[in-house]
Amino acid sequence: METVILAGKTLALDADGNLANRHDWNEEIAREIAAIEGIPELTAQHWSVINFMRAVFEKEGDAPSIRRLTKESGVDTKTLYQLFPKGPAKKAARIAGLPKPKGCI
Amino acid sequence: MNNRSAQPIERVSIIVSHGSLEGVYPGLIMANGARMEGIEASLFFTFFGLDAIIRKRMHNLKVATVGNPAMHMPTVLGAIPGMSSFATSMMKKEMEKLDIPPVGEFLTMIHDAGGEIYACKASVDMFHLKAGDFCPEVDAVISVGQFYEKAAGGQIIFT
Repeated sequence: METVILAGKTLALDADGNLANRHDWNEEIAREIAAIEGIPELTAQHWSVINFMRAVFEKEGDAPSIRRLTKESGVDTKTLYQLFPKGPAKKAARIAGLPKPKGCI
Repeated sequence: MNNRSAQPIERVSIIVSHGSLEGVYPGLIMANGARMEGIEASLFFTFFGLDAIIRKRMHNLKVATVGNPAMHMPTVLGAIPGMSSFATSMMKKEMEKLDIPPVGEFLTMIHDAGGEIYACKASVDMFHLKAGDFCPEVDAVISVGQFYEKAAGGQIIFT
């Protein structure tokens, strides 16, 4: 299993390169992952997406679809793609310390 | 799985040539899925596929219950009035469960995600359509030549 050093801790990664254990995650780790993904600063809007994703995952065991993110997180599709360039659902899940979303939508 | 050694796909151009519900959705799902993966995507609607972007028709696409062997329905049953509408409403319910949006909302989502949406000029001329007939997400009516120019360097998927 691959590992990564984030915020001074050695953490296990899954096959997609996301955190293997979401309980390893904290906000400092999120900021470091974001920086690696090319997002130098996490704004309040980034955080509302990240927190929404973690809340949905906690309840349902999978990250929400883009459609649900758009409808329920309070951030519209255009803004989502600006906040998380090159694939918002995938990228936001990684920063949120969650596995890659399973859904197709 | 991380065993991919091939060059990742960077751009897809998806042609939608059918106007039935089941003819339109695969293209929409693939275009949206491409954008979700950070892949550039464009949709090119041609022939009856144009129904998916015509304002007056896009909300009324139907599942084909005749001439569709995978429906597992005898032709005479499929031809009963209302059967296509019934099958369509069943399928729409199932799609809603999977969070697959209605056509109009889906096109808006793809467009907002940076996907480009085009109508085929030859078909537009053939059906005597005008720019005003299309939903606002349509970026332009383009020729086959322009389509190939825009598709340059990417993959073309015909549906």
